[in-house]
Amino acid sequence: MTAPSISFSGAASVDGQGVFAPLDLLCPAGKWTCLLGPSGVGKTTILRLIAGLPTGVSFRGMINASDHQVIANRVAYMAQTDLLLPWRDVFANITLGSALRGERVDQARADQLIDRLGLGPHRHKRPAQLSGGQRQRVALARTLMEDRPIVLLDEPFSALDARLRAELQELFAAELQDATVLMVTHDPAEAARLGDAIWVLHETGLHSVAPPDGPAIRPIDGAETLSTQARLLQMLREPA
Amino acid sequence: MATILRTCAATLLILLIWQGIIWATDLPKFLLPSPVQVITALWANKESVAWHSMVTGSEVVIGLVLGAALGAITAIQLAASPMARYFVKPILVLTQALPVFALAPILTLWLGYGLWSKIVMAVLIIYFPVASAFFDGLMRTQPGWMDLGRVMGARPHKLLWRIRIPAAIPALGSGLRLAAVYAPIGAVIGEWVGASQGLGYLMLLANGRVKTDLMFAALLVLAVLTLVLHRGVGVLVDRLQARYS
Repeated sequence: MTAPSISFSGAASVDGQGVFAPLDLLCPAGKWTCLLGPSGVGKTTILRLIAGLPTGVSFRGMINASDHQVIANRVAYMAQTDLLLPWRDVFANITLGSALRGERVDQARADQLIDRLGLGPHRHKRPAQLSGGQRQRVALARTLMEDRPIVLLDEPFSALDARLRAELQELFAAELQDATVLMVTHDPAEAARLGDAIWVLHETGLHSVAPPDGPAIRPIDGAETLSTQARLLQMLREPA
Repeated sequence: MATILRTCAATLLILLIWQGIIWATDLPKFLLPSPVQVITALWANKESVAWHSMVTGSEVVIGLVLGAALGAITAIQLAASPMARYFVKPILVLTQALPVFALAPILTLWLGYGLWSKIVMAVLIIYFPVASAFFDGLMRTQPGWMDLGRVMGARPHKLLWRIRIPAAIPALGSGLRLAAVYAPIGAVIGEWVGASQGLGYLMLLANGRVKTDLMFAALLVLAVLTLVLHRGVGVLVDRLQARYS
């Protein structure tokens, strides 16, 4: 299953009030696209529109995959909170998708993921018994279990402390290499580290920013990473 | 342990005040019997009190099970279908404007003097609190879980059974706790209106014969019955809530 690129173009409004003006966003196939911007400019709305989730806005425009197939049933979604179900243990949370679709659980695949993400000792624990980083690992395993070519991430690291955040960014980058990923974030450092393509969404519109040289995931202290991070922060503070 | 000690102390205090009032005012026995007289009456009539308690107890338990089941089924139906919400919910709210106790004579007329008029009374009283608490829980599923389920391609009935219902179990628990307290009220009111057995019947009978001590004894047993039921349901609900939250 090869991942398609996604093009998003259009405008959204609520009761005639614009949420965002007409914009064109491209997520290249099999790459990480970071969508950066201050709160309340419609980043999450764009993500939800692509996922086919209810948004409460009226959207005029087109969302297309490069292979001209439906997007909605090929998407995996991760939110800011891990959204683990407290009454299901780690294994049952990871295999939630099959349970919800009434499919057989691929035991072998689930076991493999649990081992690879170091969740073996926690397999039968409930989410309440896990730390924040472990919970986010389970959420990642649940996302990977879905095996979707398009992955939408809505600030998945924002609730973690700095050390865990860096660690999980590396894990996510390694695990989601082949998918077309769109990640919404408000952290310039994260975008500079992870983005193969970087977009900044502002009240004034959408701007493409050249990512640092070199493949993601980039070293935190790389000169290019740091200068891109600084440029992104500047763009966030003073709209062009 | 501390709770038991406190309950015992409170009970003892009430008994002392009770006895104190009798000593101070010298009220006649038919107005206010002393605690000792009540216990004596209870012991003297232990077989008959036990029998009437059994009757009321089974009415309450059957009523509780049926009422809770009907309430839960209604809540699930309403949550599953916007159509049902549109048409049935206003009716449900309207029926709550009717004082349920006022239906007791009609229930006795229709269902006779046996167990069923009391069971239905209890069911009617329990039904709404259970249905409304559970329904509120079902409609307040964390939006993120619904998003996740939709993206995963879950059909509405799967979302309901795998996410919305488990997430609403704690809310159902609050409804059940209320129901455990209401159910005995329903059964006793049913017995007052027309019965030949049960604690409510025994109270009326004792009252009519100025056996106030026996009436108090029946009341005491009823209170104990309600407490035990409340505790039992409480333990069950605690387990459910621990399992699902």
